Amino acid sequence: MLPGIIILVYLAIVAVVGAVAFGKRKKASGDDFFLASRSIGEVVFLLSLFGTNMTAFAILGSSGMAYHRGIGVFGLMASSSALIIPLTLLIIGTRLWALGKRFGHVTQVDYFRDRWDTSHVGTIIFIVTVAMLVPYIIIALIGGGNVIEALSTYTDHAGHTQHFLSYELGAAAVVASVTIHIFLGGMRGAAWVNTFQTILFLVFGSIAFVLIGRSLGHGHGMVEGYRSVLEGLAKNPKSAALLSRQTIPPAEFLSYMFIPLSAIMFPHMAMMCLSARRMSAFKKTVVAYPICIMMIWLPSVFLGVVAASQFKGLTAGESNDVLLLLLNKHTTEFVAALLGAGIMSCVMAADSHQILAIVTMFTRDIFAHYGGHDRFGPRAQEWTGRIFVLIISAVAYAIALYLKNSATIFELAIRFAFSGFAALAPVMVAALFWKRSTKWGALAATLWSAAGVLGSWWLFTYSGPAFAHFMTTHKGPPAMAIFPSLGHALVRTPGNVTLFGYLPVVPMVLGSALLMWAVSLVTAPPSQATLDRYFPAATPSPTPSPEPAR
Amino acid sequence: MRRWIAAALVLVMLILHQDLWLWTDKSLVLGFLPAGLAYHAAYTVAAAVVMAILVWLIWPTEMEDVQPEPGTPGTEAREGSDH
Repeated sequence: MLPGIIILVYLAIVAVVGAVAFGKRKKASGDDFFLASRSIGEVVFLLSLFGTNMTAFAILGSSGMAYHRGIGVFGLMASSSALIIPLTLLIIGTRLWALGKRFGHVTQVDYFRDRWDTSHVGTIIFIVTVAMLVPYIIIALIGGGNVIEALSTYTDHAGHTQHFLSYELGAAAVVASVTIHIFLGGMRGAAWVNTFQTILFLVFGSIAFVLIGRSLGHGHGMVEGYRSVLEGLAKNPKSAALLSRQTIPPAEFLSYMFIPLSAIMFPHMAMMCLSARRMSAFKKTVVAYPICIMMIWLPSVFLGVVAASQFKGLTAGESNDVLLLLLNKHTTEFVAALLGAGIMSCVMAADSHQILAIVTMFTRDIFAHYGGHDRFGPRAQEWTGRIFVLIISAVAYAIALYLKNSATIFELAIRFAFSGFAALAPVMVAALFWKRSTKWGALAATLWSAAGVLGSWWLFTYSGPAFAHFMTTHKGPPAMAIFPSLGHALVRTPGNVTLFGYLPVVPMVLGSALLMWAVSLVTAPPSQATLDRYFPAATPSPTPSPEPAR
Repeated sequence: MRRWIAAALVLVMLILHQDLWLWTDKSLVLGFLPAGLAYHAAYTVAAAVVMAILVWLIWPTEMEDVQPEPGTPGTEAREGSDH
């Protein structure tokens, strides 16, 4: 019962932070609710931006995947992100900030519409983006519900396993807390809560790592504890592969370098870029970002491998709880609850920003764009946003209940969101750096990205029954040709499909870039007036000048 | 020239990420850290250093003092038209 109470107290604190942010609002306007009046300072900017990437997928998914595939998971997801994400923040994020400040953009669609003189293409990008973001929000709720249920598990007098808080109640508590602090605090509330949550996880995560190691060491210290566990894994031929990357084919490893391109295309990440008070906030962020990634992912992946020696035979879904299982086994109930709250903070950190992003997009890209702002004014726009918060939270919760047992956190994330957003990156790059790019090129690339997500999902589902049969009869590597007549061009693996060994994200990104280029070349560019605004004649890049360009 | 140096740095980092020479190495560094994991932990530190160098090389200084266009409220929707 104690862990459940601690988690509830934590969720209440998060809601209070949102209420405090509400008191700090500067004026009743959409700009303050959606972007905190573009006033986020350097420290909050770094921690909040980083927190938006620390999701249920990052913490629970990576440790669960490391349990099955070993230490290579850190290279797959963490060190690739440590290079690519700060790079995109430096090259794309800074320019988005400058253009947003100059022209008043609030969302990516806002920018695309203005950059390419378009309305409907912007709406299509909006639909595709929202469709890919919603599952991401649901993943966080599923993660939150699972964490709370796992932490509040106890055995009753009859020896039966009970939950003080069920999955359904846990997910409800998470969605209530997130809804309250966004409803009241908007972007400022989300950023403050994110900062609080990121600090909490960094502190509690470090404590967890030391305590688990010391427990494993049985009085001989943390290093000795971990060393004995890893040596035990190395001696067993079945588990030795977890200490190297031999379970991950080089083509798959290379494919994961494309995934972090998704970060800057997530609407909540782009909106965070727009909320900075000064561009200088990006300087410290891009330098500190790789270190923050290491501090979060290194223990998560490492402990996932350690868990392989502690808990045998977990399925893909069960392995997402290995961090919690380690906490329960190697720390006291009170400590496990505190550290569980730290994990909860990671699960929720991105969720609040994602919900706020969807709300902002509905309000700005649909309600305001199609006349709501002019008809009802800025105050109505702000309250429309708050009403959307309630609606979207309720819908997301209902879906999270329905999808509770349908897929693992990691699989959902990678399949529905990351690859699709990564494939949209060429659209943003073209908008910022290629004067000749057109809305039709953007449309083609967007539709290609959506088709890629749907196509890979269909292939995965279509090949499911045959793959299940394949696994019961085949003793070799878990890789089945989906269409035998094509040889091994399209292959089904336990967690994905591959094209000539590469994950779908690779052809999706390359195809998107190719379509953006080819279709733009054969279609008419935006008006000269628009090009003059975004590409002043004196500068070769989209440098916004201090003076109005028109 | 600065942009070329920056591009070369990024290219080197992309290549270094594919550390095929450690693919099957199961040895432990510092007594408890698998070699492949230690390598990529060091890689993230190197990425931070490279980012600091990139900020110095290609920071868009000319954009830092950008001001809002007169008459461009941050909260109003932009008009658009499909031709």
